[in-house]
Amino acid sequence: MAKTTSWEIVMGLEVHVELATKTKIFCSCTTEFGGAPNTHCCPICTGMPGVLPSLNKAVVEYATKAGLALNCEITRYNKFDRKNYFYPDLPKAYQISQLYLPICRNGGIEIEAENGGKKVIGIHEIHMEEDAGKLVHDPWTDSTMVDYNRCGVPLIEIVSEPDFRSANEVIRYLEKLKAILQFIGVSDCKMQEGSLRADINLSVRPVGSEKFGTRTEMKNMNSFKAIARAINGESKRQIEVLEDGGEVKQETRRWDDNKDASFAMRSKEDAQDYKYFPEPDLIPIEISDETIEQTRNSLPELPEAKRQRYVSELGLSEYDASQLTTSKYLVALFEQNLEAGYPAKELANWIMGEVMRLLSDSGREPEDMTFDYSYLGLLIGMVQKNEITRNTAKKVFKAVFEEGCDPVRYVEEHNLKTVTDTGAVKAAIQEVVAANQKSVDEYKSGKEKALQYLIGQSMRALRGKADPQTVTAILKEILG
Amino acid sequence: MVITDELVTYLEALGRIRLPEESRAKAQSDLQEILQYIDTLSELDTEGIEPMSHALPLTNVMREDEVQPSIPTEDVLRNAPAQKDNYFLVPRSFE
Amino acid sequence: MNLETMTALELGAAIKNGEISAVEAAKFSLGQIDKYDKKFSCFVTVQDDVLQRAEEVQKKISSGEYTSPLAGVPMGIKDNMCQKGIQTSCGSRMLSNFKPTYSATAVEEIMKAGAVPLGKLNMDEFAMGSTSETSFFGATKNPWNVACVPGGSSGGSAAAVAAGECFYALGSDTGGSIRQPASFCGVTGIKPTYGSVSRFGLVAYASSLDQIGPIAHNAADCTAVLAEIMKQDKKDNTSVATKGADLAAVLNADVKGTKIGIPTDFFGEGLDKEVAAAIEAAAKQLESMGATVEKFDMPIVKYAIPAYYIIASAEASSNLSRYDGIKYGYRADDFEDLLDLYTKSRSEGFGMEVKRRIMLGCFVLSSGYYDAYYRKALQAKALIKEAFDKAFEKYDLILGPVAPTTALKIGENLSDPLKMYLGDIYTVMMNLAGLPAASVPCGFDSKGMPVGMHLIGNYFDETKILGAAHAYQQVTDWHKRKPTELVNM
Repeated sequence: MAKTTSWEIVMGLEVHVELATKTKIFCSCTTEFGGAPNTHCCPICTGMPGVLPSLNKAVVEYATKAGLALNCEITRYNKFDRKNYFYPDLPKAYQISQLYLPICRNGGIEIEAENGGKKVIGIHEIHMEEDAGKLVHDPWTDSTMVDYNRCGVPLIEIVSEPDFRSANEVIRYLEKLKAILQFIGVSDCKMQEGSLRADINLSVRPVGSEKFGTRTEMKNMNSFKAIARAINGESKRQIEVLEDGGEVKQETRRWDDNKDASFAMRSKEDAQDYKYFPEPDLIPIEISDETIEQTRNSLPELPEAKRQRYVSELGLSEYDASQLTTSKYLVALFEQNLEAGYPAKELANWIMGEVMRLLSDSGREPEDMTFDYSYLGLLIGMVQKNEITRNTAKKVFKAVFEEGCDPVRYVEEHNLKTVTDTGAVKAAIQEVVAANQKSVDEYKSGKEKALQYLIGQSMRALRGKADPQTVTAILKEILG
Repeated sequence: MVITDELVTYLEALGRIRLPEESRAKAQSDLQEILQYIDTLSELDTEGIEPMSHALPLTNVMREDEVQPSIPTEDVLRNAPAQKDNYFLVPRSFE
Repeated sequence: MNLETMTALELGAAIKNGEISAVEAAKFSLGQIDKYDKKFSCFVTVQDDVLQRAEEVQKKISSGEYTSPLAGVPMGIKDNMCQKGIQTSCGSRMLSNFKPTYSATAVEEIMKAGAVPLGKLNMDEFAMGSTSETSFFGATKNPWNVACVPGGSSGGSAAAVAAGECFYALGSDTGGSIRQPASFCGVTGIKPTYGSVSRFGLVAYASSLDQIGPIAHNAADCTAVLAEIMKQDKKDNTSVATKGADLAAVLNADVKGTKIGIPTDFFGEGLDKEVAAAIEAAAKQLESMGATVEKFDMPIVKYAIPAYYIIASAEASSNLSRYDGIKYGYRADDFEDLLDLYTKSRSEGFGMEVKRRIMLGCFVLSSGYYDAYYRKALQAKALIKEAFDKAFEKYDLILGPVAPTTALKIGENLSDPLKMYLGDIYTVMMNLAGLPAASVPCGFDSKGMPVGMHLIGNYFDETKILGAAHAYQQVTDWHKRKPTELVNM
């Protein structure tokens, strides 16, 4: 192949989301994460002889909700099928899924495109299926140990159209998807716990080409950052292969984030043919127009509508509004305090500033915030009432964020209230002035910098508890 | 449809079974004979007929989302041929 | 009191009246098993707690807790129905060490009626076969002639009832597995409407076709058993609420004015002349009792077996994939890796007929063939249902033979699978359509082997079928005859 100067990446996503139902999809075992091995199991989810699946109503409701929130058509008459393959994490040796008539089809969500405009990512279909068990390597016996706790936890698989052209688009889509699913309460979307997992189908083609290249499927990415790295790594690899005159092989690859490279998964030694056929143990699902309307009406305000409202009604900036609405938890933090009467802009500033910084520093997600959301309002209130300085408030918030401390009590216990007694402030400043004659002289000879130094020393003496403007005014007054 | 030796091998692989060497030839000819008979179905005119999985037209049989106790782990593993620390044990399945 | 000639309902009444205790009845049945089972091999497992159970049941009968007309009656369960703590082998090496920690719903229901289970009954491996020869535990013999098969796959169930080793049995029917052995052994059996008895705990062969039903000495006994087990079950999403089986209605039924249709296509090539004659005679008998009998065409018959074997094998190949040597069941002793573990365990654990159907099932589902085979078979299934729907617009019941022949010699069909499959010609359609159908003794051939007539009803018409069968049994005694092998012993 002739060397082409520029390549286009084409991607489609298959996102598996564990639904937040109380019980598994086909039995009444709990879906709770974790648990000692094989404790959330029964004859049904471990595929014992003679058992039958019994469909959980909530799974259909949640999948319908997800479909509507993602602008899909709901398949009025949908069915389950069996996908047959042997693997130790799949006790029946078939996964009950939906191939022929998935519950949702033809949806899509809007994301920001690379050029700053809007772009719709199409959703081909959403189907319901069951999760598999967990395999653990046992180094002592060089064997694999199988835990079926996760077996039968309900999943929806959201299959996108091949509409992505960059890693950024993929991340924006995933962020948006995650936010929507969290908002409507169908999943907690915790990537670390595997309740949101994305597989990426990626191919490259010369810019301008209409034909899709051969794609690979990448699995095993457990964070947005890993996904971005995997996309960059795999697209580079494919381009290199093609530019060297080679051919991309259609295969499944495993992303190894530590090695920053993807590896072909050993192709199953044997024939792979899923032999799909209609699941005879389950009967079809009919969803009426009425149910669809009811479900649609029960949906909470979705992130996109919230974003628009934050801008038009609350006067937030586009950027702040869109960042805030990426997470149900950030929105809850914002709206709960807004309702308590704290100003929108101040709240947005705090969330966009301190909250985001602390999250990013600690590598945590908004859902990991454990403090009482009302504490942010209390803190803002104290600043508004000049009980503490803005700087003090930031320090206190760190304790709130990290340890869940009650800010009012924390301020009291640590004696952080702003010194409002001007006499005490004056006395402290006078001491600083007396001890720093050199700087006083410099200031008097016209060096502005010296004043800054004296302010700093005074604030330090006051342990930050005074209002800097007051300190400056008093200092200037003393210095004449 | 001709059942070749390769097809027999493929079907063995799909079903994760292996026929005893001495009965392979017989199995192949039996399958051939059965399939030939089954192929008479192709004479049946099914144009426009909706495939029917369930004879009774039921829909929407579902259960409430209410947790019931799981069974004791010892019962989960009671019939397991190999187990360790409350896990089922299988040959190494990682790459 | 002659227990050897008693029906389940007669024994149940005697127990209720205190003429005999449940314990005595159980002792009698255990004695029968001791006496006959070496010869017929009906039971795979005889439970060691039979007398304790009988004692417990007797107490509850005396206290008035058990009121079923079958309470205290010793019975048997086909070895593909799970019973907590009891080996459930499906006649396979694969499950020869499997003890479920749960019971099938049908087993639970019959226990609630005060049944005293004696043990688990032999069957073709995973219910695949019509001779009960493919069992890992050896072939069951026909009580009418030990050189003959009892039919299958519920051969152990039918033979045990015929031999008087139990008063009734639970069987399962995927393509004739209750009706054909009932016919071969001269007992009465019915496959109810698909979905009317829960399949939960019935080890699956072909999920869309499997159905549990009773095998007993007569239609009244079958009705009494059905009345206990025909219940909608939340654990089986394909189960339906039905009006059940009405014993009082069956006991009072007659066939006056009953419109009976006979498909001419049931009397084509391959049907044994003596069997045909017995069915014709039965039709005459019913006519003389006031029924009208009419012949009609049902050309779809010839496509039933191809459609059945496609669907049954496909579902079986999937249902049997769970036997992989990991969670339960047989595991090969030495293996190199995971694939080897699967392949060796399954190759050593399954017999030839099971392997054959797995391969056939894999073939018809494999990519490229699905539409030509599986999808086509589902279309044929729709056409078969349509043909019956049409027939039932005209008739109350459909009558025909159950099997083309009487019981074959042991070994006769084992080496010719297609010939064995063709023997299912009259029975598989009702499984495809999900219709209820019974086998009722209606004569003997010149070799002294029993013939069964097939009574097929519309959906949920179990009471109608059994009512007609009961009326017939009031004026005939085919079902009362005792097997020659017993007489000779």
